[in-house]
Amino acid sequence: MSAPAVDAPSTLRTVTRTRVRGALRRRLIVLALLVLVAAAFVTSLMAGHTFYPAHDVLRVVMGEDVPGASFTVGRLRLPRAVLALSAGFSFGLAGVTFQTMLRNPLASPDIIGISAGASTAAAIAIVIFSLGGTEVSVVAIAAALGVALLVYTLAFRDGVAGTRLILIGIGVSALLDSVTSYVLSQAGEWDLQEAMRWLTGSLNGTTWDETVPTVLAVLVLGPVLLSRARSLSALSLGDDTASALGVRVERTRVVVIVAAVGLIAFATAAAGPIAFVAFLSGPIAARLVGTGGSLLVPAALVGALLVLVADFTGQYAFDTRYPVGVVTGVLGAPYLVYLIVRTNRAGGSL
Amino acid sequence: MTASHTLSTEDLTLGYGDRVVIEGLDLTLAAGRITVIVGANACGKSTLLRSMSRLLAPRAGRVVLDGREVHRTPAKELARTLGLLPQSPVTPEGITVLDLVGRGRHPHQRAFSRWTAKDDAAVAAALEATHTTDLMDRAVDELSGGQRQRVWIAMALAQQTDLLLLDEPTTFLDISHQIEVLDLLTDLNRSRGTTIVMVLHDLNLAARYADRLIALASGGLHAAGSTAEVMTEDTVRTVYGMESRVIEDPVSGRPLVLPIGRHHTTAAATAGSTPSAAAGHHEARP
Repeated sequence: MSAPAVDAPSTLRTVTRTRVRGALRRRLIVLALLVLVAAAFVTSLMAGHTFYPAHDVLRVVMGEDVPGASFTVGRLRLPRAVLALSAGFSFGLAGVTFQTMLRNPLASPDIIGISAGASTAAAIAIVIFSLGGTEVSVVAIAAALGVALLVYTLAFRDGVAGTRLILIGIGVSALLDSVTSYVLSQAGEWDLQEAMRWLTGSLNGTTWDETVPTVLAVLVLGPVLLSRARSLSALSLGDDTASALGVRVERTRVVVIVAAVGLIAFATAAAGPIAFVAFLSGPIAARLVGTGGSLLVPAALVGALLVLVADFTGQYAFDTRYPVGVVTGVLGAPYLVYLIVRTNRAGGSL
Repeated sequence: MTASHTLSTEDLTLGYGDRVVIEGLDLTLAAGRITVIVGANACGKSTLLRSMSRLLAPRAGRVVLDGREVHRTPAKELARTLGLLPQSPVTPEGITVLDLVGRGRHPHQRAFSRWTAKDDAAVAAALEATHTTDLMDRAVDELSGGQRQRVWIAMALAQQTDLLLLDEPTTFLDISHQIEVLDLLTDLNRSRGTTIVMVLHDLNLAARYADRLIALASGGLHAAGSTAEVMTEDTVRTVYGMESRVIEDPVSGRPLVLPIGRHHTTAAATAGSTPSAAAGHHEARP
C-alpha cells in the first residue's frame, strides 16, 4: 500500500508524542526496577549478621582472598544472591508469559501445577533416588513438561479454554503437593530444611552447584522468550486476531511453553517452587508499566526483586529464619483470594 | 488507487471434525468492491472467512491470493496484504486505544526492530479514518460498543492491508452504530479502494451496503453476484426457508427484504406466495 494519507499532520504529531512519552515512562520504570534489583543484590551481599563494606565484597567477587569475607560472602552469600536473582528472574518471566498467553492472571505456572510438577519430581529424585546436580534438573524439566502437557491435554476441547485449564491445573497442583508431602514424610533423613524447600521454596544452603544451571537457563531461555514478546502481545488479543496479524499461533505457543517451562523447572530444581513469585510478578509489573507494551522484562525484574527482598527479610527481619517461600507466600495468598473473588464477578484478564 | 488483488477459492471444502460445512466452493471475490456474505446460522459464513484468511486449513481445494495459495504463504507476508477482524477479539484489560491500534503494526515489524515513523503514520491514519483520534489516550474497555468497534477497525487498518475481512462487524451494536460502522467501511472502500469482505446478519443492511453478495445455503453456495441478482425472494426462501417480499428500498433504491411470518401479514402481502404462507392472519399493521 502506498504511504498512508494523514489529513491533519497534528494527528501524527500527537500520536508520536503520546507514544514517545509512553515509551519513555516505561523505560524509566524499567530502569528504576533495575536499580532496585541491583541495590537489593548488593545489600544481600554486604549485610547480614556480619557487615562487610562494599570494597571487601568487590574484592571477593574479583577473586581476591579476604579473611572472613571470602567464606561468608564468597561461599554463602554470593551463590545465594545469584540464585535469588536468577530464580526470581525465571519465575517472573515464565509467569507473565503464561498469564499473557492464556489471557488470565490465574494461569501462572505455580497455580496450574507446573512448578508443583518440577518440585515433586525434584523431591523424589533427591530424597528417594539420591540424585544430585544436573540429574535433578533434567528430571524436574521432564516432569514440568509432562505436567504442562497433561494439563493442556485434559483441558483441550476444541481449543483450550482458560477457566477449564486453570481448574484442572489447580487440581493437578494439589495432587502433586500431596505426593511431595508423602515423599518427604517417607524419607529416612527427613529434615525440615529439605521439606520447606520442596513445599514452599527456600534458598537455605545454596551452593554454586545449584546456582550455575539456573543462571545458564536464564541466559539461554530468557532470550528465546524475549524474541517472542511481540507475538505474545498479539496473542493477548485472541488467537484469531493474532493469526490475522501474522502470528503462527500454534508454533509460538509450543516454543513459548517449552522455554517458560524450562525456566520454571531449572529454578525449581535449585530453589524449590518459591511460592507465588511467578503469579505475582506479572500483575505487579502490569500495575507499574501499564498493559500497553510487553510485560516480559518488567515482570522478570519484579520477580528478581521479590525473591531478593523476601529472602533477605526471611533471614534477618524476624527472630526465626524463615525460608523465602514463606515470605512470598504471605504476600501472594491474599492476592490469590482477591483475584478469585474478582474473577468470579467478571471474567478478568491480565 | 491501490494494487488490486484477486482472492478466490478453488474447489474448496471446509469442515470441523467429521462435519463438512462447505463443499467444492469455487468463488472469485471482486477486487476493490464490498462483498457481503449472508446465510443462515451454522451454514459456514465465518468458516469461509476464517479459511480465506488462513485461520482454517481446507479439507480439500485451496484459497488463492494473486496466484499464491494462502495456506502456503508465510503468515506475516499474508498479513501485510490481507487483514481480518474476527467476531469477538479480546480486549486486554486497561489497554489504551493508541496501544491497541499500534498492535496492528505487528506484520510490519520484526522481533527486536524499533518502532518507526512509518508505524506512527499508519496508526495516525487509522485513527483519523475511524474518527477515533480523540480517544487515543482512553482505555478501550471504557468505551461504548460503537467506539470500541471503531477502534478495532482502526487496529485492522493500521495493518495497512488492501483486503479487509470482517466477521459480523455490527454485532452487539445498536442501529445507529451499525450504520456508522458500515458507512465507515464504505468510505474506506471508496477512498482507498480497499477490498472489503464481511459477514452480516441483517439482510437489509447487507443489501444496502454490498456491491456483491454471496448467499450460502447449508452445504455450499446458493448464489453469488450483484446485490440485485442475489437478493431475491427465491434466495431468501432457499437460504433461510422463509417466505418474503423483496421490494425496492425507497431510501437507497436497493432491494429490501420484508419477511412473511405467520402473524401481522395482510392478504395483499401473501398474494402470489405459497399457499401455506397465505394462510396467515389478516391483520393489517402499519
